[in-house]
Amino acid sequence: MSIWEYANPKRFMQTSAWVLPWVAVLALACLVAGLIWGFFFTPDDFRQGSTVKIIYLHVPSAMMAINAWVMMLVTSLIWLVRRHHVSALAAKAAAPIGLTFTVIALVTGAFWGQPMWGTWWAWDPRLTSFLILTLFYLGYIALWQAVENPDTAADLTAVLCLVGSVFALLSRYAVLFWNQGLHQGASLSLDKEENVADVFWLPLLVCIAGFVLLFVALVLMRTRTEIRARRLQALLARERLA
Amino acid sequence: MMPDLGKYAFAVLSSYAASLLLLVALVGWTMWRGARVKAQLREVEARQERENG
Repeated sequence: MSIWEYANPKRFMQTSAWVLPWVAVLALACLVAGLIWGFFFTPDDFRQGSTVKIIYLHVPSAMMAINAWVMMLVTSLIWLVRRHHVSALAAKAAAPIGLTFTVIALVTGAFWGQPMWGTWWAWDPRLTSFLILTLFYLGYIALWQAVENPDTAADLTAVLCLVGSVFALLSRYAVLFWNQGLHQGASLSLDKEENVADVFWLPLLVCIAGFVLLFVALVLMRTRTEIRARRLQALLARERLA
Repeated sequence: MMPDLGKYAFAVLSSYAASLLLLVALVGWTMWRGARVKAQLREVEARQERENG
């Protein structure tokens, strides 16, 4: 069996109908468990105080904001190379989810930054590249809405996605390129010295799993809707021609 | 058993409130649009089936 079989909309609908409830339930379980664990049952940090509890939302949402764009990049490339409609629709479906995660990362970052840095916002390399990524998400969604022909829209948004990938990667690695920024390094690291303490790390991992699963569930749900919407448009067009 | 958030209560609670609000809105919108498109498609399919015999 080849992975390209799932490019067939009928096959995608069958498989996703079976997978979706499991992923959705797992996402809910991880999110509820991780957030309750992190909010109620972890201590304050000796430097950050109770604001450390914001990492359970900020870190997973920032990670998924970037990963969503990477997923859109992969599906856009599949569209450009192999012309599979499901991959173009999956990219379209992922954009509002990625945008929401980006906004959550920016908002929670601002709420954390105000007491810790003394400012809601700074033109730091990571923050700035994240803001530009938000604008790319908005532009991407707007472009899908603006172009009437779905194949042309898929082509143009795929190219936009390729360009925006520079900022998605920049927002991930900006702290490594520039040293003058306020934003600290990665919260999760294989280096024990750099990684957050275990007491924060375990609930954070559960929250990250929750955000990843929520993203998968929402992309499946929204791609199914996009496939149905495409069929609906085709049927209505046929009705008008008859 | 609300934890004592001290002087950072506003920052922490606002972060959770804003994030949960955005997530609930996203899930709600996704489900609402999904249900609406599904119902419209079912209606059009049924109508075309009736008309085509």
